[in-house]
Amino acid sequence: MEPNLILFYAFAALAVVTSLLVVAQSNPVYSVLLLIGSFMALAGLYVLLSAPFAAVIQIIVYAGAIMVLFLFVVMLLNAPKEDATQAAIGEARATRVIGGLLAGAFVAELLWALSRSRTMAMPGPMGARESAWSVGEIGQIIFTKYAFAFEATSVLILVAMVGAVALAGRHVAGKRPG
Amino acid sequence: MAELNHYLILSGVLFTIGTAGVLVRRNLITVLLSLEVMLNAVNLTFIAFGHFLGSADGQVIVFFVITVAAAEAAVGLALVISLFRHLETLNPDAFRQLRG
Repeated sequence: MEPNLILFYAFAALAVVTSLLVVAQSNPVYSVLLLIGSFMALAGLYVLLSAPFAAVIQIIVYAGAIMVLFLFVVMLLNAPKEDATQAAIGEARATRVIGGLLAGAFVAELLWALSRSRTMAMPGPMGARESAWSVGEIGQIIFTKYAFAFEATSVLILVAMVGAVALAGRHVAGKRPG
Repeated sequence: MAELNHYLILSGVLFTIGTAGVLVRRNLITVLLSLEVMLNAVNLTFIAFGHFLGSADGQVIVFFVITVAAAEAAVGLALVISLFRHLETLNPDAFRQLRG
């Protein structure tokens, strides 16, 4: 077996196991930490796919920034664990079964479709590139071909920032006396 | 060398795990985390196709997807905080005031 294939299977197994544990954990703090492990495994896969830039922003932005935001909210809310003592526990079990069946049918369908399509495994007209894409090349594409999308992204971030403050901020200043 | 189909199957499995999490879990924060799992599965598809087609566009799209995920997480968590202030619970089944 080639080393690349071994690495692929190792990272894939790590990603699947940690993702399953994310969904299965009842404590959200563990879920967040396990999701960071899943992101690390995916970053390893991105390096195998000659995309080190994507791997690095995956770790810095996703695992570093977004997951810390999640962790802050989990600790800020100090929420109780998923309430198992609710009255609608029968409904929850039915939801579980239906959701699990739907998910199983979905993955079976995906595997069936992929196993039938042999042509998809062929490289495209340009062929797979062996050397990694440098940050300079990626930047050139972002700022020329995708310049408009890049600028639109900044507006999106601004809207998200204002929206988050408007939704979660406490209205104290001058709205209500006392 | 791992083929494109390997990556696509892995991506499908991860997306399914995320979908199951969204459907099954009764905790808003875990539902948002499952959404992140789904977004990552799609990112893997983009990068795998980009690699096997010899194009860098997949990585650029992933860059934008991560930006959108950050915006989604910020707004989603703000919504979770304000919902928790109202009802003191994170169970999505508890928010049924619009049901009439």
